[in-house]
Amino acid sequence: MESPSVSPSAPLSRFVSEQGDLIRLTLRQMILSRTLEAKFSSLYKAGKIVGGVYLGTGQEAFSASLGCSLKQDRDIFAPLIRDQAGRTAFGEPLIEATQTYLGSALGPMRGRDGNIHRGRPAERRPAMISHLGASVSVVAGMLVARRMKGELEGVVGATCAGDGATSTGAFHEGINLAAVERLPMVIMVADNQFAYSTPRACQFACEELVDRARGYGVTGREVDATDLLSCLEVVHNAVEAARSGEGPQMVVGKLLRLCGHGEHDDGSYVPPEIRSSTLGRDCLEVGIRQVVDSGLASEEEIEMWHEEAATDIQAAVAKAQTEPGPDPYHDDWQAYASKGVQR
Amino acid sequence: MSVTYIDAIHQAQEELLNDREEVFLYGQDIGSFGGAFKATKGLQDAHPERVLDSPISEDAMVGLAIGAAISGMRPIVEMQFADFSSIAFNQIVNNAGTHYYRTGVPIPLTVRLPCGGTPGSGPFHSQMVESLYGHYPGLLVMTPATVSDAYHMLKEAVGLDDPVLFCEHKFLYRWLKTTAIEPDLLPFGVARITRPGKHATVVTYSAMVHEAVRAADRMAAEGWEIEVVDLRSVKPLDMDTVIASVARTGRLLALGEAFPWGGVTAEVVSQVVAEGFHLLDAPPMRLNAKDTPIPYHPDLWASHRPTPESIVQSLRQLLTL
Repeated sequence: MESPSVSPSAPLSRFVSEQGDLIRLTLRQMILSRTLEAKFSSLYKAGKIVGGVYLGTGQEAFSASLGCSLKQDRDIFAPLIRDQAGRTAFGEPLIEATQTYLGSALGPMRGRDGNIHRGRPAERRPAMISHLGASVSVVAGMLVARRMKGELEGVVGATCAGDGATSTGAFHEGINLAAVERLPMVIMVADNQFAYSTPRACQFACEELVDRARGYGVTGREVDATDLLSCLEVVHNAVEAARSGEGPQMVVGKLLRLCGHGEHDDGSYVPPEIRSSTLGRDCLEVGIRQVVDSGLASEEEIEMWHEEAATDIQAAVAKAQTEPGPDPYHDDWQAYASKGVQR
Repeated sequence: MSVTYIDAIHQAQEELLNDREEVFLYGQDIGSFGGAFKATKGLQDAHPERVLDSPISEDAMVGLAIGAAISGMRPIVEMQFADFSSIAFNQIVNNAGTHYYRTGVPIPLTVRLPCGGTPGSGPFHSQMVESLYGHYPGLLVMTPATVSDAYHMLKEAVGLDDPVLFCEHKFLYRWLKTTAIEPDLLPFGVARITRPGKHATVVTYSAMVHEAVRAADRMAAEGWEIEVVDLRSVKPLDMDTVIASVARTGRLLALGEAFPWGGVTAEVVSQVVAEGFHLLDAPPMRLNAKDTPIPYHPDLWASHRPTPESIVQSLRQLLTL
């Protein structure tokens, strides 16, 4: 397998030399996400999590690059199913993930929704619904609201899709609308080769999804999302382009989902030749090597990041496990915010 | 001077834009063109930043409005025709409808739905959709039948913190007039006794209120006093007023313009039977549109929906039971 690495003797790219802290942070978020998701998988297999567990294994570089490039104090991030890395990188506390997966009544969803269907919309983190593509227009609306209030300056809204989600009407309507309104938006497309079990060839007929950007009138960028340094540079540039008024940016990350659709799925339909191709590289292994080779962190330091991640995750799981679940006898069963309309 | 039903909707939107900076209008052709039914005529001139033309993307229109509502705005989305809201069904029922329950963050969104038939409009510009949306938790559904209700209830809809499906009947737009908008006498969620009576109750809403009154007029000539209840909103449903009326008359005809399977009339009958079976002197009846797509030809259309004649026929049958 090929593996891009930065030779210690080669001069560092300008991006690497200028963005060392960002690269370190992104790798650290990838490690945190991979470790957390491994824990979720174990809890699911032990029967502690009901419903399903959906992982982003192999997509951490793409997702964390976005989360780390966004500004936590002003930007908007509507993640999708495989964006644990981006979520925590954007500031979602670990406890919100463990509370939601474990059904805590004290979590953001209070046991009313679970797993990846979580968020705090009022804190610019919309909670996804299962219907793919739906968040594109929602983020556009959050930006339009800011424009009307005169608060759009310097704000970016971002959302994520996969290759499968690009086939929905909602995705098409949403990105077209964002382009018409010329909103500061980043639309990430993780082209991970399979939508559940459906391969790209059954999903779309154009050669590459980034080709669609031109048709939508948005800037399109494509990147090898198994390559942390390239990925972070492209995503970071896209976020900054949106922020500086260049309109919507569509970023297509080429990668392979290194897990099943959910933990109930072994992904046996993925042909071995794809697994062994460049697409099948593990972005985390590549990223660690790149960071070490660039001299941005030592192997010992990265090992420490792993240990700290495991400790923090253990604490978040333990806390959520001690919290009460929802009580059906005391739930208000109230679907309306307006008082007195539900009888 | 007279005020039509569409004038009332226009005036309510104009005042909402003037009074509340969080209000904005979003829909197809609603800007300088003024909307397919001119419900937004001239409003973009006064509020260019808050009256926005949308692409033909019903799903994304509602998605945008949901995002704006999350961010503190109070959007009014104009569907050009209620029929096209089927494209936005997902955003309405799965996103807007579930949002408060899931996240605790309300979605103060109003979707205006020009619904119901007019002669020649055919299967895709005539449908009633109140039953579809009434089925889903988290959504409120208004069905104003009068000019004054159209005005007051639209203002009320925008003031509520929940998604409201505002079903405005196209047949009433220009035909229904009043001299001036009356003061708002009834709170949201309370039905109105449009015409008091003692022999039978017709429970209905939207344009069918007027057809029911016509039928009641004809029955009056024969000595029957028919009570007509205008639900005003179908979610929530004011069953207190309905049950009280049935307690007075002992007979119920649930009347609607929607398709017959399920829906508002079925819900009314079901609740009356469950809660007020002992009040009934005869089996309750339902009268709805026919169970076919809505036909184009005016002669077919006029027979597809209930008419004063078919309502009278149903009432006569009900009164003989």
